[in-house]
Amino acid sequence: MAEWFNELAAEFKLNFIDGDRWKWLVQGLGNTLLITFFATLIGIIIGILVAAVRSTYDKNSESFAARGGFSWLLMRLVNGICNLYLTVIRGTPMVVQLLIMYFVIFASSTNDRLVACIAFGVNSGAYVAEIFRGGIMSIDNGQFEAGRALGFNYVQTMIFIITPQMFKAVLPTLCNEFIVLLKETSVAGYVGMMDLTKAGDLIRGRTFSAFMPLFAVALIYLVMVVILTKCVGILEKRLRKNER
Amino acid sequence: MKKRILSALLAAAMILGGALALTACGGDSNKLIMATNASFPPYEYKDGENFAGIDIEIAGKIAEKLGKTLEIKDVEFGSIIGGVQTGKFDMGMAGMTVTEERLQSVNFTSSYATGIQSVIVADKSSYKSIDDFFNLDKDGNWVSVKDGVKIGVQQDTTGDIYASDTVENWGFGENNVIRYKTGNEAVLALTSGKITAVIIDNEPAKSYVASTAGLRILDGAYTEEQYAICIAKENTALLEQVNKALEELIADGTVKAIIDKYIPAN
Repeated sequence: MAEWFNELAAEFKLNFIDGDRWKWLVQGLGNTLLITFFATLIGIIIGILVAAVRSTYDKNSESFAARGGFSWLLMRLVNGICNLYLTVIRGTPMVVQLLIMYFVIFASSTNDRLVACIAFGVNSGAYVAEIFRGGIMSIDNGQFEAGRALGFNYVQTMIFIITPQMFKAVLPTLCNEFIVLLKETSVAGYVGMMDLTKAGDLIRGRTFSAFMPLFAVALIYLVMVVILTKCVGILEKRLRKNER
Repeated sequence: MKKRILSALLAAAMILGGALALTACGGDSNKLIMATNASFPPYEYKDGENFAGIDIEIAGKIAEKLGKTLEIKDVEFGSIIGGVQTGKFDMGMAGMTVTEERLQSVNFTSSYATGIQSVIVADKSSYKSIDDFFNLDKDGNWVSVKDGVKIGVQQDTTGDIYASDTVENWGFGENNVIRYKTGNEAVLALTSGKITAVIIDNEPAKSYVASTAGLRILDGAYTEEQYAICIAKENTALLEQVNKALEELIADGTVKAIIDKYIPAN
């Protein structure tokens, strides 16, 4: 038992203490958090915009079509663009999108972090958009009608009546998306970024032991996800307080 | 009841899966499993469906001598030694240099080829020698890396290990090195101007420069090193066999013929 423990301690020292290798993990964790945070922000902004367009189209296409003219054309065009965005982003793997962003679209940029944030944000935006749209569509039409009856216009109804209810409904799914995003940033290593997974890889490449670095990385991800889930859980409870 | 049947089924599936995985692990003694990273021309690369290169051919000859069939596994460079250590692969052959750190984990055969680390830069850049990347003191010693110099390497290769060392140890420092999964990606980043230079083994460097417009190799080597095959520490029998086979292949000129075939004498 003591021998086994000593071995473990030696392994720990080799993987994390020697050559200050733990610093890679810290640096990697920092990058992972940074990318996730800004990608989340970008994702939410894109998600709101796209969801607004798509749900407005879905809800009002008949009345727009009946009115016809320029606004109907514009509506269809913007909705088409959003649909194209969703199809392309959801239809291709994240790694491929990241590589395209890094080597093709932003080929001349030397700011790796920014490129990664944009790539992950644009990707997440597509999923967030569909989550929001699903939430908006799930709100009973009576709520709309009630809003309009109170004298709100379409935009006001959306902002003051629909969105708050929608947000509560989509929160668990939204949390899910952010967990996926956090873990998905592990592919950032493909473009030379030093994220948490890459840090573990790097230790593995130097010490040639698989157990410690991989489990350390897995544990850090797990802790982050648990904390995130907890926070969302608290938020959910708060939001539910005014029910009934 | 339904739940119970379901859980029994699940358990059965898991046990079956486990058993399958176990049988899959049981090695076949007639096979020589070699791990490599096939993005390192001319030592190993993919030629259509098949693997080709110096290491692949030498390994084929070694397998022939041992009376085994060669099976090649294409994995990430950084995973080769770990896999050899745990017995997943019989040997690792990927233009691999013998270093102190690696020797702590695996054994190496005698060397079969010499490699040097070269520096690739963009044709239009003004760098003439490796010294140009550094601020020099009046004796010509490296003091610090010039601002904006970013070196691309293939992760876990000797190029990475040397380049990411401190300036006192003839490296560029951790923060000035960007690690890519393959040499290809590092070269791609160089052509799009994301990095200043790529440090990689000379032979692949030549292939990259030949196949990509606007690149050149700096005169003078960054380091010189010996390539060898790595084998698990416990597996001394195989080490002996491979060493013996390698010795014979070097003695009868097979190794030289293979190397000459891929690297025309200059």
